[in-house]
Amino acid sequence: MLEATNLTKEFKVGSFGRGVFKAVNKASFKIDNKDIVSLIGESGSGKTTIGRMILKLTQISGGQIKYNGKDVSDIKNKNLKEYYRKVQGVFQDPFSTFNPIFKADRIFKMVKNEFYPALSNKEWEKKLDDSLKSVGLNPKEVLNKYPHQLSGGQLQRFLIARALLIDVELLIADEIISMLDASTRIDVLNLLAMLKEKGLSVLFITHDLSLGYYISNKAIILYRGVIVEMGPTDKVFFNPVHSYTQSLLDSVPRLDMKWDEIPKRKKTYTDIVSYIPGMSKRELKMTEIEENHFVAIE
Amino acid sequence: MKVKNEKEISNTKEILYFTFKNKKMIIGMCLFLFFLLLGVFGPYLTQYGPMDYAGPGYHPPSSEYWLGTTFFGQDVFSQLVHGLRSSFGVGLLGGTIATLIGLSVGFFAGYKGGVVDEILMMVTNVMMVIPTIALMIVFAAYLPYRGVTIQAVIIGCTAWPWTARAVRSQTFSLKQRNFVSLARITGVKTIKIISGEIAPNMLSYVFMVYILQFGGSILAAVTLDFIGLGPTMGISLGLMLENAVLWNAIQLGMWWWIIPPGLAITLIVGGLYFMNTGLDEIFNPKLREM
Repeated sequence: MLEATNLTKEFKVGSFGRGVFKAVNKASFKIDNKDIVSLIGESGSGKTTIGRMILKLTQISGGQIKYNGKDVSDIKNKNLKEYYRKVQGVFQDPFSTFNPIFKADRIFKMVKNEFYPALSNKEWEKKLDDSLKSVGLNPKEVLNKYPHQLSGGQLQRFLIARALLIDVELLIADEIISMLDASTRIDVLNLLAMLKEKGLSVLFITHDLSLGYYISNKAIILYRGVIVEMGPTDKVFFNPVHSYTQSLLDSVPRLDMKWDEIPKRKKTYTDIVSYIPGMSKRELKMTEIEENHFVAIE
Repeated sequence: MKVKNEKEISNTKEILYFTFKNKKMIIGMCLFLFFLLLGVFGPYLTQYGPMDYAGPGYHPPSSEYWLGTTFFGQDVFSQLVHGLRSSFGVGLLGGTIATLIGLSVGFFAGYKGGVVDEILMMVTNVMMVIPTIALMIVFAAYLPYRGVTIQAVIIGCTAWPWTARAVRSQTFSLKQRNFVSLARITGVKTIKIISGEIAPNMLSYVFMVYILQFGGSILAAVTLDFIGLGPTMGISLGLMLENAVLWNAIQLGMWWWIIPPGLAITLIVGGLYFMNTGLDEIFNPKLREM
């Protein structure tokens, strides 16, 4: 469905732009139909930049993105709009995603104007009602209100409902639940899982490993702009090979164990995976350690 | 379509409702409108021209000369209402020119960024350090006579840089907000994003800029008039003050000559500032009381 090859984003830094900072460095990955792929990494690892590049909000510095076999790296105007019909995003902070001057349901009006100008009001209202109901909102309660009169969870559902109105195939969910509290969080997660059953693919960007494990069938671990490990969630989480993935997994507090009871991890492939991206100039290669399980090895 | 119209009307109604509930706005508007009406209709109420020698000089306010006469016997009320006209003229023209230039430069530089921004900001910075007074002195030397219009144009063309800078930085921060990203992934065109997403968020600011530029132009004109760089023909509030000070109105106790123009300037500009603070509350739903 979506295939990124050597995706790179460089930012100029320093006075007169002399320095170059690689926010994303040659990232290659695939998202297939009905996949929920979690893109996991710490702050500043380039997760959001990858999401924004797929959404064409940030220009690509190198590499390419193919959607259904077509190169979408440089599409404009009409083609871009067609692309947005299939690929949509939901952002991290629901409060800043709404223009505070207008009522929250304006985002739906925008969708109608841009994508369904020919639809009659009655048909549109029905479509909108259905879409709101499918994300668990009562249209009468939430429509015609200002963003600050709605809760974060409601706003986040608004955004998902908006994406559903466009019949999307791929949803880029950028930390969509990090601003929500625990109970609404699981509702939104389950909603995503339900949408997957209906055939939606999701790129789930998160820094939370347990959320990533809970929902996704594929995981990509990102560190300093480089994909260090990726593969089916089970393999990445239960047989982590790269030392960064291992330390990341060790850093998750566990519900059933105190910190001093946790057994030390047997370091398996440490001899071949000592590479820390950005610290070394050596090229690294994605190597298939077991079926579909890739690790960056120099 | 019908539903959409109804909703838009209710939105307008809402803004009007909050406008007439806001005390600052009402005070400011009353002051401003009072002087505006005085400037528009005042000249029809007086039988003397502003520069006519209407009667005895040094005459305190009476039923015939409502605000008394000057040292030379000109009617102060007539001068005041004609002066108000030219002051509003300067404010309107100078304020409009400054706001338009400032907004276009600011929006364009802020949204485009990069080289466009660098060049526009360089021009802005150069304009910023050219003082109106210096330009006015140069023009005074070359023009056979100076009118209110040329004065307003010069004020407008030198007052825009700070507006451009402020609008640019606001646009910079607004274009990085998620709602602009959301509009972009909905396929909305750039111009529509600026006018539909970014500008409405700055509507109160744009109004504020206009009001401040309006008041600023009036003050700048008064300053220029007062130091003798005003219009060579006609009358203005600044020229009234200049003449009053020049002919020792204070020392002679002619309060009716010097207080009306000064008070009018203070109240007009003060009223504009009142409107300005009120507007922010009207346009930002967050600041309204729930």
